[in-house]
Amino acid sequence: MQKILQIAFLNLLFSFSLFANFETDIKPLTENSFLKKENTVEKLVSKYSENEKLHTLLKAMLDGELYYSRKEFVVLKDDEVTNLLGEKLERNRKIFKKVKTNNKLRSVIRNRLSQLNLFSKDVEIRFESAKNIRSNLEKDSIPLIEKALKFETDSSVKDIHLESEAILKARFGNFEEKKIAVQNLGDFLSPEALQVLKEIEAEGGELSKLASKSIASIESSRSFFSFLETIFFGLSQGSVLLLAAMGLAITFGVMKVINMAHGEMMMIGAYTAFTIQQIFPNLIEYSILLAIPLAFLVSGIFGVIIERLVIKHLYGRPLETLLATFGISLLLQQLVRTIYSPLNQNVETPEWMSGALEINSALALTYNRLYIIIFAFLVFLGVLLLLKKSSLGLKVRAVTQNREMAKAMGIKTGYIDAITFGIGSGIAGVAGVALSQLTNVGPNLGQAYIVDSFMVVVFGGVGNLWGTLIGAVSLGEINKFIEPVAGAVLAKVIILIFIILFIQKRPKGLFPQKGREE
Amino acid sequence: MKRKPMILKIFENDRGGQIVLGVLAVVVLYVTFANLLFSEGSFLHISTYTVTLLGKYLAFALLALSLDLVWGYLGILSLGHGAFFALGGYAWAMYLMLQIGDRGVYGNAELPDFMVFMNLQELPWFWYGFEYPLFAFFMAMFVPGLLAFVFGWFAFKSRVTGVYLSIMTQALTYALMLAFFRNDMGFGGNNGLTDFKDILGFSLQDDGTRVLLLILSFLALVLGYLISRYIINSRLGRVAMAIRDGESRVRFLGYRVESFKLFIFVVSAVMAGVAGALYVPQVGIINPNLFSPLFSIELVIWVAIGGRGTLYGAIIGAFIVNYASTYFTSALPEVWLYALGGLFVVVTLYLPKGIVGIVKKEKNVTAVS
Repeated sequence: MQKILQIAFLNLLFSFSLFANFETDIKPLTENSFLKKENTVEKLVSKYSENEKLHTLLKAMLDGELYYSRKEFVVLKDDEVTNLLGEKLERNRKIFKKVKTNNKLRSVIRNRLSQLNLFSKDVEIRFESAKNIRSNLEKDSIPLIEKALKFETDSSVKDIHLESEAILKARFGNFEEKKIAVQNLGDFLSPEALQVLKEIEAEGGELSKLASKSIASIESSRSFFSFLETIFFGLSQGSVLLLAAMGLAITFGVMKVINMAHGEMMMIGAYTAFTIQQIFPNLIEYSILLAIPLAFLVSGIFGVIIERLVIKHLYGRPLETLLATFGISLLLQQLVRTIYSPLNQNVETPEWMSGALEINSALALTYNRLYIIIFAFLVFLGVLLLLKKSSLGLKVRAVTQNREMAKAMGIKTGYIDAITFGIGSGIAGVAGVALSQLTNVGPNLGQAYIVDSFMVVVFGGVGNLWGTLIGAVSLGEINKFIEPVAGAVLAKVIILIFIILFIQKRPKGLFPQKGREE
Repeated sequence: MKRKPMILKIFENDRGGQIVLGVLAVVVLYVTFANLLFSEGSFLHISTYTVTLLGKYLAFALLALSLDLVWGYLGILSLGHGAFFALGGYAWAMYLMLQIGDRGVYGNAELPDFMVFMNLQELPWFWYGFEYPLFAFFMAMFVPGLLAFVFGWFAFKSRVTGVYLSIMTQALTYALMLAFFRNDMGFGGNNGLTDFKDILGFSLQDDGTRVLLLILSFLALVLGYLISRYIINSRLGRVAMAIRDGESRVRFLGYRVESFKLFIFVVSAVMAGVAGALYVPQVGIINPNLFSPLFSIELVIWVAIGGRGTLYGAIIGAFIVNYASTYFTSALPEVWLYALGGLFVVVTLYLPKGIVGIVKKEKNVTAVS
């Protein structure tokens, strides 16, 4: 009995002392001296690294949300008071005072937090904190990193730790360690590694040569990755151009109708995406998926109406078609200005499309661009199949190649015209949805793309979908490779001149349609 | 047979032209006297604002005329004529800019304000010589002409025709717009050139200067009209119309189609440049918006509404659309773009020959009955 009591008492004492210690140990945070606060933080981190409360405490302190009264510490955020375990408290917020921090203290906290995060259960958090550690390396981080290396299971996080370790050794190790570290650093990519190597190179001596070798290796792989990145950007721009030009490849390439309102069909698609987000503000994650078919429908219907009301009467008079459809584009723009506003609107990006796919520290691909590239190619395949394999596609080609004969075979040519134009416009609408993820949506959205998409179609060869694909991708790539040298505007001008010259050599584009000339 | 004087020959079979220019001459004269002779309070007085507005319309009419020359008679639908107009305007604006001297905000006698603002130390080389009005006026014609020559050389040589050519011209003006919007082009970026004070020693604020500019614009329009008429009445003009109606056939008959096209295209661009040079001092500002594809295509609709291929129809169209534009943009700004868009559709669908077409048709009907 006595023993039981004793154990109970000891237990009580122990647990009491444990919590009491944390609670008492954080008391000095209320003092005014930043230095004392800093020492307290250091002490807390070394003592309570497993304690969840410490995490909350430090985070709140960093964000300026940590408050205290005589009795307790709380987190005060958006007028809500919670304790360090995240439980809501009913308190009058006026009794609390803020725990003040300064820049130096915050950077210390940030460092310590990322050290704590190194042992988090979440790989993402470990990855981020490992990167954080790498950019704020200190001499005494070595034991921490070694500990983390033992703990770590994920290879990409491990790589970062290895890199940090090598950087530290190159900086502070003995000669042999330095030598190995400098050689090893050549395999890494981060700017931090590069900086250390440059410092060592500047020092001279035997290490300097090794360092220059490693620098050369880093720089060559970095320039390789930046080359890859440029290709990716070019591909991304090419896929936007492809989306914009694909509808045009049908209406202009197949039907020979100059549709200056094509850009406005894209604009309508983009506004469809915007409207859906306005109607269902809680469904941001899925609204974009809903917007794609809807935009196709809305733009398609507009296309059919335009074809039936105006273009039908103007077949065979391309210049008049151009003027009439330009008028339509003005009407549609003004319509949008009246209904929505002349200002640009923001279409929100769903969670799964934001962020970037980080391949390594020199190369990151943003998800929205990645998805748009994939999407563009899917749409391309869809259009290709539709035109080449479906019976509708067969009829479309029949009507465009020989209208009279097609009519004689019983194809309703007027109906086919309207449907074809509708499909072309619908695809433009889908392109608009994709665009809404890259830029703001405004009444002038389409105008920026109309000249470019005509260029793509003309460059690729009228009436040839593959030509449009190649044309779009190569124009996108050329643009992105010229841009860093010449600037965005000049790049555009250069490309326009290039196309004008190109048309000199090959008036029918890259891939001319075979067969008799009209 | 007695040779008629050239001026009569030009107006042969051109009642429309005689009427339009006649009416314009009367209007210009009336406005001139009403502005100068009657004092401000008088109800016969016409404000300087109206004088300037009329002058602006005349400059636009000359621009429309130059477009009709290539579109109506050569079959080239240029969607970039605004570029020639703007280039002419910029050349003359550069002269006006250098006339400001030290009266600018920064008071720098050597450099225009925007260059001081951009921390330039000296005039860029392409501004040299623009302090001389003759040189500037020459450049206002030469630069658009040169651009038209180079562009036309490439485009016509490679036999780019029809819609393709139209889109190329649009791309041309689009590219120029992007370039002129850049601040480091040295043409004032998106603010353009403005704050002009003097022209040839006369103050631009003066009523007399305004009236003089109005008369000059009218004379330039008449001169442009005469030149255009002369061209289309000549053998050259007949070949041009043949090219419009059947390019391949003319080529097979042994004509050098490219050279004919190039000549008329360049003449038209020079006319547009002069129109731009007249436009700038009256409006008092020039900015890259004149390069916008929208402006160029809008002027196509002036010609289309008036009636293409008649020359005087272009003048009528320019006046009607611009008057409507001035009226609506102040009275019902919302409506104007709807109206403009609607005009494009209605004119192409129902009025392929424009207003001149309606008048002519009714005349024919009465003649028959």
